[in-house]
Amino acid sequence: MNAIEVNNITKTYSAKKNFVTAVNDVSFSVAEGELFGLIGPDGSGKTSIFRILTTVLLADKGTAKVMNLDVVKNYTSIRNMIGYMPGRFSLYQDLTVEENLNFFATIFNTTIQENYELVADIYKQLEPFKTRRAGKLSGGMKQKLALSCALIHKPKILFLDEPTTGVDPVSRKEFWEMLKRLKAQGISILVSTPYMDEANLCDRIALIQTGKILEIDTPQNIVNRFEKNLYAVKSKRMFNLLNDLRAYSKTESCFSFGQYHHLVLNEEHPDMNELKSYLKDHTELEITQIKPNIEDRFMQLMRK
Amino acid sequence: MKQLITFIQKEFHHILRDTRSMLVLIGLPIVQLLIFGFAITTEVRNANIAILDNSKDEITQDIITKIESSQYFDIDRTISTNEQIEKSFKSGKIKLAIVFQPNFQYELSHSNKAQLQIIADATDPNQATTLTNYISSIVMDYQNELNQQNKLPYTIKTEMRMLYNPQLKGAYTSVPGVMGMILLLISAMMTSIAIVREKELGTMEILLVSPMKPWLVVISKVIPYFVISLINVVTILILSVFVLGLPIEGSLFLLIASTIIYIFCALSLGILISTVTETQQAAMLISLLGLMLPVVMLSGYAFPIANMPTILQILSNLVPAKWYIIIVKNVMIKGIGIEQIWKELLILSAMTGTFLIISIKRFKIRL
Repeated sequence: MNAIEVNNITKTYSAKKNFVTAVNDVSFSVAEGELFGLIGPDGSGKTSIFRILTTVLLADKGTAKVMNLDVVKNYTSIRNMIGYMPGRFSLYQDLTVEENLNFFATIFNTTIQENYELVADIYKQLEPFKTRRAGKLSGGMKQKLALSCALIHKPKILFLDEPTTGVDPVSRKEFWEMLKRLKAQGISILVSTPYMDEANLCDRIALIQTGKILEIDTPQNIVNRFEKNLYAVKSKRMFNLLNDLRAYSKTESCFSFGQYHHLVLNEEHPDMNELKSYLKDHTELEITQIKPNIEDRFMQLMRK
Repeated sequence: MKQLITFIQKEFHHILRDTRSMLVLIGLPIVQLLIFGFAITTEVRNANIAILDNSKDEITQDIITKIESSQYFDIDRTISTNEQIEKSFKSGKIKLAIVFQPNFQYELSHSNKAQLQIIADATDPNQATTLTNYISSIVMDYQNELNQQNKLPYTIKTEMRMLYNPQLKGAYTSVPGVMGMILLLISAMMTSIAIVREKELGTMEILLVSPMKPWLVVISKVIPYFVISLINVVTILILSVFVLGLPIEGSLFLLIASTIIYIFCALSLGILISTVTETQQAAMLISLLGLMLPVVMLSGYAFPIANMPTILQILSNLVPAKWYIIIVKNVMIKGIGIEQIWKELLILSAMTGTFLIISIKRFKIRL
């Protein structure tokens, strides 16, 4: 049995005669105990998918099942067994850390003591701030508290919508380590993130763009499918370099990636000297072949 | 059950930790009652008047003493000419002037007729009428006293009695009005804001994805405001009895029972507002414009309904406060029992039912 099954889900929003298709014929499945990631930029339809699966939003077309239960017909049973952490911080800012956790534990018919082990790792870090109001916590702390609240009733499936957005790199790393430990306890997790570097930490990922799924596979397989040679190029004048590379006759694509430009050439064995002489005006030129990452594959898929 | 208790506890935390809403909930009723009871009143007290006594005899002195001894007037004694009277009116120093004709006593005892002129500042017509009536009745009283000594052949004696409110106190209309207004404000506005806040902050999304039934969420939101409304009713009644000197003539039990029905009506209206709005601001705006204005204008509290154009009279039937104010006036001031107010109670219950049915139809179990 799959933890989640999504079949041809479509969701369209209308705002003053403007129709926006947020989710366009999306299908995927998440196995039990799997850590599955929805990877895509803002506005790609991730939150809509989460809301449909957590039964708070109705899809226009298609069906979806959570723990083999239909999200429309059996919504009450689903609401009893899932943990959901919305993208926006959705706890009570004027309640303290402890009151929030206690409240959500009671709402889910349990107590903090009963499932303390499950949240112990996370909650231990929060315990010094037990009496602090949730609104006064730092971004990372807020997310840890939200995760604790979503976990306190020992859900079978955890839905985490962009849990690390707006969180510092150290806290992000900690957060993903926690997810791995939860996975080890047999909890299936569906997580979304706009950060491509986090995709590698999932068992399988779906790359999603403007409501459509581009590809579903393990992060490794997705990277392997890149197939082409990839070069990182750097020089003193990066903006001019990007324009020059894009104008180069043998360039297939070139994107800016932080300190480097990632360049794909349309030949299997390209002549690097030719490229170097083409870029002879650039000082401090640096060209190295690199391994592609998920973002490269994402860009490649987007171009198609 | 434990869910419900925890949820209600949480609601009280929200209320108690927000000083602004605390002030509105507990302070507003007291302030409003005292303002409407004391400051905004049509009663006249200590009005400045001038007396120009051109006769200065025994009878005019008697009349002046009588006027002086009533608590309504402060007499300005510096005026001795007609010109000064006009000046004082223009500068707003006096509201009313009394002029005795020369030889007042002489005329009265010889020609049986003496003249006394009352001049009033009618820029405020109500006040002018009230003041002249006070003076006339004082003079009439004195005349009757005189006549007892030498009886006239035919006299028609008018005897007035102001029923239920013999002292014509403003509090008798303002207390029922304030109760109607405050309870609607707290129950409907605060409840709708409290529910909509969960939507706006996104916590509704988590609550929906929980085993807690949506209607339980609504109940837990409503109960704290019900309790606060009851506290307010008790404070308002205590204040009106002990501070404003208003009696509770009828049955206290009936008054509280009908108030609870009205609170239910207001709470269900609050739930209804919360189902049609998405933001706290919208909920507040609808509550203020959609509830406060009709309650003040159309409930018969500020303006008599019978004097309104027909269309407004018909509309006023839709305002729950109108029916509640009738009930409070009847029970509290006139001391009437249930046999006279069952119709109003039935109307309020029917309104409550309608609001609840629409709310249930509109309530979303999803976003």
